[in-house]
Amino acid sequence: MKQLSTRHLIGIKSITEDDIQLIFETADNFKEVINRPIKKVPSLRDITVANLFFESSTRTRVSFELAERRLSADTVNFAASSSSVSKGETLLDTVNNILSMKVDMVVMRHPAPGACVYLEKRIPANIINAGDGTHEHPTQALLDAFSIREKLGDVAGKKVAIIGDILHSRVALSNVFCLTKLGAKVRVCGPPTLIPKHYAELGVEVSHDVRDTLRWCDVANVLRIQLERQDIKYFPSLREYHQYFGINKQMLDELDKEIVIMHPGPINRGVEITSDVADSNHSIILQQVENGVAIRMAVLYLLAARN
Amino acid sequence: MEAGKTLLDHDRLSLTIERLCHQLMEDWGDFSDACIVGIQPRGVALSDRIHKRLQELTGNDHIQYGRLDITFYRDDFRMHDKPLSPHPNDMDFIVADKKVLLIDDVLYTGRTIQAALAALQHYGRPKLVELLVLVDRRFNRHLPIQADYIGLSVDALDEAYVKVNWQEVHGTEEVLLFDKKGQ
Repeated sequence: MKQLSTRHLIGIKSITEDDIQLIFETADNFKEVINRPIKKVPSLRDITVANLFFESSTRTRVSFELAERRLSADTVNFAASSSSVSKGETLLDTVNNILSMKVDMVVMRHPAPGACVYLEKRIPANIINAGDGTHEHPTQALLDAFSIREKLGDVAGKKVAIIGDILHSRVALSNVFCLTKLGAKVRVCGPPTLIPKHYAELGVEVSHDVRDTLRWCDVANVLRIQLERQDIKYFPSLREYHQYFGINKQMLDELDKEIVIMHPGPINRGVEITSDVADSNHSIILQQVENGVAIRMAVLYLLAARN
Repeated sequence: MEAGKTLLDHDRLSLTIERLCHQLMEDWGDFSDACIVGIQPRGVALSDRIHKRLQELTGNDHIQYGRLDITFYRDDFRMHDKPLSPHPNDMDFIVADKKVLLIDDVLYTGRTIQAALAALQHYGRPKLVELLVLVDRRFNRHLPIQADYIGLSVDALDEAYVKVNWQEVHGTEEVLLFDKKGQ
């Protein structure tokens, strides 16, 4: 029997390829569970999970909550907007208070990069990073790679393009770590202002030509422009961004092969991707969401066993 | 590795399975309102065999058959050093109002069967459930669970370990008794 090399899931950078494969194998089983008439198993019935969301989220929070409930864990939810954080409480105090209520695992999203590492060193619970600022979003990268594996059979050797706002995207960074660990070829594509210089050192190609990138890749993972994190202007206008980097149906039709379109959501229709592409049969966006629950169940299950 | 004591060799194991199949036909008829559920991973080699043989004997080619994985239902999850690895679950029918024959290789503490009963509930309310095991270790049951059909009863100490080998998995076919686990 195999186990994860870690007690926490802070980022993809700190886990091994074996860990990723173990999570995928376990997620295969959970995918079968969530397609049963009764989609629930009692594995985590003695575990309490706190979902701490210091930043807004719909998909990830619902997906984690669903995963926890389908494993029969008890859950407590916490959203920063309605909590004492707005009264000036520190992160450590907030979390310690919640842990005093005997919580075994913490799923946390936080706007500050490294917030999970800070917690990991200070509290005894297992920690799962659900996105820390512009740093990592490990479960999203796992479900993206899992969806590629499901659609194309394997991740190794596949060409995956990550297109959009790379600079502000934790999804991009986690995806790069995950895909390169699994042996895929990765290219990031976007305006020069939205691709950090250090990306070339991560073993990925960098491109600023979206048409060329689409011709090159087997899978295009399209990211949203994160205007809420942009305090200065990185490009003239959304309209101009769409003209140069947006993906439409015509561009896909001009290719001599079928490529897979992915998007971690939320989609800004008409900016990075047009509606006819998002809703086309190239797109596996909704499969990604379904796989998200299976992946998160696998992560919770495997970490709970390492208490 | 010390060789275990052979409780059933290849021929006697075949004979035992044959006997169990005939016994089942006596009580269950042609299995038209019943289904067979093997417990993953170790009960499945036996249930595959019994399902195939019963189809031959009864002439009913459509005996419903599932392989149930109980990993997520176990009560000893997190008491092991490492996580329990799940196995494929293959149940494409509902057991509501059906007679269910549950099959495993060795009945010992009864906890696997308890987990299997919990898992089975998620597929509806069966009319009745009976249990068939190849080996019944009569000592050290933790729960009030007994088998209805037994290939072989074994009285052994708690430290002892009973292992069933199957042609398709292990290359030989026999039931062995070891003095200590891990031998």
